[in-house]
Amino acid sequence: MAANEYVVRAKGLTKEYRMGEEVITALNGVDIDIKRGEYISIMGPSGSGKSTLFNAIGGMDRPDTGSVFINDVDMAQLDARELAYLRCHTIGYIFQSYNLIQVMTALENVTLPTVFAGAPSDEGIERAIEMLNIVGLGHRLHNRPSQLSGGQQQRVAIARALVNNPAIILADEPTANLDLKTGEEIIQLLRKLNEDHGVTIISATHDLKMLNVSDRIVWIRDGRIAKIEERADIEINIGEMEGH
Amino acid sequence: MSVEASSKRDPGAGARAGVQKQIQLPFRVVWAISIKSIRIRLMRSLITASGIFLGIAFFSSVRTVGLFPVGLDAEAIAAANRQKWLAIMALLVCAVGITNAMLMSITERFKEIGTMKCLGALDKFIVMLFFIEASLMGVIASALGWVAGWLVTVGAHLFSGGGKDLTLNFGFRSLGEMVLSVVLGTAITLIAAIPTARNAAKMQAVVALRSEI
Ligand SMILES: Nc1ncnc2c1ncn2[C@@H]1O[C@H](COP(=O)(O)OP(=O)(O)O)[C@@H](O)[C@H]1O
Ligand SMILES: [Mg+2]
Repeated sequence: MAANEYVVRAKGLTKEYRMGEEVITALNGVDIDIKRGEYISIMGPSGSGKSTLFNAIGGMDRPDTGSVFINDVDMAQLDARELAYLRCHTIGYIFQSYNLIQVMTALENVTLPTVFAGAPSDEGIERAIEMLNIVGLGHRLHNRPSQLSGGQQQRVAIARALVNNPAIILADEPTANLDLKTGEEIIQLLRKLNEDHGVTIISATHDLKMLNVSDRIVWIRDGRIAKIEERADIEINIGEMEGH
Repeated sequence: MSVEASSKRDPGAGARAGVQKQIQLPFRVVWAISIKSIRIRLMRSLITASGIFLGIAFFSSVRTVGLFPVGLDAEAIAAANRQKWLAIMALLVCAVGITNAMLMSITERFKEIGTMKCLGALDKFIVMLFFIEASLMGVIASALGWVAGWLVTVGAHLFSGGGKDLTLNFGFRSLGEMVLSVVLGTAITLIAAIPTARNAAKMQAVVALRSEI
């Protein structure tokens, strides 16, 4: 299959929010190409536009101008059912606050995307169990989110994001609600899944622990890309960062 | 539309070949999810349903009083007119209560709706989910509410010395009233639930996810 090297391409993204008189420019002309299998971190201070960019790439919100291509398909051209297909099969979402469905067990949460994909229920459950084993929660299948720690809930969310074998995982500050050690474990897990499954990981974060595992880092500031660093440059700059 | 078994081990293979349309879940799958959803949040469902139950019980009680035979003098006719107004008031109170209960129960699930959309739920699935939940709760709570209102009213009537007037005809007319109550109760529930559910389903996923309730 002559798969395109780039799994995500964004061109000229802009987005403004109007709050009464005030106009907030959340994205101010962002271009970015993301390679298949890459682990890419979008870094920037709070309010710099990371989530807005993330939402545009994930088809959760439309940019004012510019376009996002996923596997060379222009998101703006998709109808509702095609967008739902993309969300179900091609993109996996991970959120800062986990967003598990509270009334469902870990297993039910992870099975849900396979239901939406139309998989037979025994096959869906089998895949969900397999994913929960991979994230190290094979022993907590029947626990509700309220019975799990933050780190465990995020693992369930990761299993849920991966269960339909997507090409892309979009993670918006996945470690922001976790303590240092748990955050580190989640980051290592994401990196491992990236290596083992070849899934492209796009993570919005201001967690500097992400620097070590990223192939590329996109620094964003005031809705613009300030700079893009390759992994090779990162090693050198880490000392500099920790000085901040 | 095929179930994407082929894309199992190759990330995003399905989508790379061009974007397909998301399948619509068969009714029995949505039905099963709805039943489960009601069962799992039993307490919440009971609170929502109790709004319907109480409203229809009140309505039923007023209507049942109206079934007791009365004389034909002016006072009785005036009383019958008051009954009609009372029934309309009961229905209004009932409508407000049900609308409130349904709005609450859907609004507090905005985030869940947004999450489901991110996982690939179609808007139609979400509306269907709430439609089934509201219909079931509407039918069951209205029927029980009608029975409760009827029992209380007939009980009070018997207690205060009535009873000879409870003929077969009264029984038949009561059954008619029951059908009316269930239809009205369910209709009000659906009228309250469907537009809210539709709006929630139409929201951009990001808006639904942002809501913190
Ligand atoms: N729904 C919204 N309404 C108004 N302003 C918003 C909204 N969402 C984001 N913003 C603003 O847009 C800017 C970028 O926000 P965001 O993308 O959430 O940043 P980050 O995720 O990097 O913290 C901020 O100034 C924020 O206040
Ligand atoms: Mg953010």
